[in-house]
Amino acid sequence: MENLNSYLIVSAILFAIGTIGVLTRKNVIVMFMSIELMLNAVNLTFVAFSRYLGNLDGQIFVFFIMTVAAAEAAVGLALIIAFFNNKESIDVEDVNLMKW
Amino acid sequence: MDMISIPVVNMTPILPEIFLSVLAMVLLLINVFSPGGQKSYLAYISFFGIVATAVLVGAGWGAHIESFGGSVVLDNFATFFKMTFLIAAGLTVLISDRYMEREECNHGELYPLILFAVVGMMLMASGTDLMTIFLGLEVMSVTLYVLAGFNRANKKSNEAGLKYFLLGSFSTGFMLYGMALIYGATGTTRLYKIAAILGQMTLPSANILLVAGMLLMMTGFAFKIAAAPFHMWTPDVYEGAPTPMTAFMSAGPKAAGFAALMRLFLLALPTLQVEWSQVLWVLAVLTMTVGNITALRQDNIKRVLAYSSIAHAGYALVGFAAGNGTGTAGILFYMLSYSFMNIGAFAIIILVAKKGETNGNVSDFAGLGFKRPVLAIAMTIFLFSLAGVPPAAGFIGKFYLFAGAIQKGYIWLAVIGVLNSAASAYYYLRIMVYMYMKEPTEEFEWVQVTAPVTLALIIAVAGTLIPGVVPSVILQYAQMAVKLL
Repeated sequence: MENLNSYLIVSAILFAIGTIGVLTRKNVIVMFMSIELMLNAVNLTFVAFSRYLGNLDGQIFVFFIMTVAAAEAAVGLALIIAFFNNKESIDVEDVNLMKW
Repeated sequence: MDMISIPVVNMTPILPEIFLSVLAMVLLLINVFSPGGQKSYLAYISFFGIVATAVLVGAGWGAHIESFGGSVVLDNFATFFKMTFLIAAGLTVLISDRYMEREECNHGELYPLILFAVVGMMLMASGTDLMTIFLGLEVMSVTLYVLAGFNRANKKSNEAGLKYFLLGSFSTGFMLYGMALIYGATGTTRLYKIAAILGQMTLPSANILLVAGMLLMMTGFAFKIAAAPFHMWTPDVYEGAPTPMTAFMSAGPKAAGFAALMRLFLLALPTLQVEWSQVLWVLAVLTMTVGNITALRQDNIKRVLAYSSIAHAGYALVGFAAGNGTGTAGILFYMLSYSFMNIGAFAIIILVAKKGETNGNVSDFAGLGFKRPVLAIAMTIFLFSLAGVPPAAGFIGKFYLFAGAIQKGYIWLAVIGVLNSAASAYYYLRIMVYMYMKEPTEEFEWVQVTAPVTLALIIAVAGTLIPGVVPSVILQYAQMAVKLL
C-alpha cells in the first residue's frame, strides 16, 4: 500500500480540525464532538498503519478506543446534563464559578 | 475445520485487579438492593476489601511474572505502586463517609467508583503494552470524571466534573495520537518489543514519527499528572470536587501517571533518553515554579493544596529527568509519602469545613491550635512534610529526588528545586501562622471526629513520620522496585 501517506495526512488534518474545534467552540456538546473527531482521527491512523505494516495490533487497539469512547460519551453526557440542570446552559462561558 | 486453540493465560498478575473489580460490582448490587439512608457499611466493606487486596498485592512481592503475551507484568515496580494506590484509596474511603453525609450526597456508588479507579491505576502500573496502559488510564479517568462531579446538586462540583472531563478526554486524544505514531514507527504496541526495535535503529532520534509520538504521549501524561503548562484544570477541579475526592485525585492518579510514564519512557524508550530528559528538565522547572508561585497568592485552602500538588509533581519530575536509580527510587518513595501527607492534610480540611464547603479559606484555620490542639499538631506535621522539613518523609523524598538530579549532573535543576522548596514554605507556614498565632474569628463548631477519620489520621501521621525518621523501611523497597526497569 504505497499511499500510506495520504491516509496519514487525512488523519492529521482531522486531528487538527478536532483540536481547533475544542479550542475555539463555546458549546460543550460541540467541543465534545470535536474530541470524538480527534479520537477517530487516531483510529484512522491506527488502521492505516495496521494495514501498511500487515499487523493486526493496531486494529485491535481501535476496538478498544471505540469502546472507551462510548464509555466516555456516556459519562460526559451525564456530566453535561448535571451541569445543565443547575445552570440552564451548556456554554463554556458559563463554566465560570472558579477562577484563579 | 480448524480447531480454535484457546491460549493458556496466567491470571496471577491480575488477581488483585480481578478481586477488586468483583468486589466493586458486588458493592454496586448491594447498594441497589439496600434501602436508602445510611450507606456507611459500604465504606467499611470497601475498606476491608482494600486491605484484603493489599495483602494479595503484598504476597506478590519479589515475583516476576509476565502474562497475556507480555502485555501485563507482575514485578516489584507494579507491586510498589499498587500499594501506593491502595493506601490512597483506603485513606480516602475512611475520610469520605462523614463528609458525604454532611454534604448530603451520600450515594453508595461512591465506593465502587473509587475501587474501579484503583483497578485502572493498578493496570496502568502493571501494563507493559500501550493498550493495557491506555485501558487502565481510561478506566481510572472515566471514574474520576464522575467522582469529581459526584455532588450533583453542587454547582462547583458540576463544573469540576465537566472541566475535568473535557480537558481529560482532550489530553487522551493527544496521548492516543502519540501511541498511534509510535506504533507506526515500530510496528508493535508491546513495550519490550518497542525497546528492542529501537535498539536496532541506527538513529532513532532522527525518526520523526517516533519523536513526535513521544512528545504527544508526554503531553497527554503531563495533563494527567498536572505538569505545567498543562496544569490549568487542576486548581478548578481540585477546588470544585468533593474534598475526599480531591485528596484521592491528588495522590492516586498522580502516582499512576508517574508509574505509566516511567514504564513507557524507561522501559520502551531508553534509547531516546537524551531527548526526553531534556524535555522533562524544562517541564520540571516550569511545573515547580508555576505551582509554587501561584500558590503564594491563593486564599482557598483547597486551591493552595492544588497548586502545591502541581509543584510536587514538578519535584517528582526532577527525579524523572535524572532517570537514574536514585531519582526514580525517589519518585516511588515520594509518591507513597505524598499520599500519606496530602490525604492527611485534606482530612483536616474536611473536619474544619462546614456544610456546603464553606469555611474553606486559610483564615478559617485561625485559632485551630488553641481549640483543637491535636488536630492542629497533625496538620502541622503534614504541612512540615509537604514543605520538606526534616524529619518528615517529604524531606527524605525531596532529598533523593534532588540527589538523583545531582548525580546525573543536573546541578541547576536541583538548585531550582531547592529554591522552589524554600518558596513553598511561605504558604505552608502561613496556614500554621493562622492556626497558632491568630485568634479565631468566629465561634468554632465542635467538629466531630469519628472513629474512621481518627484511624485515617493516625495512619497518615505514622506514614508521614516513620519513613522520615527511618527512611530505609520504604526506601529499600523503592530501590528494589526500580532495579528491574
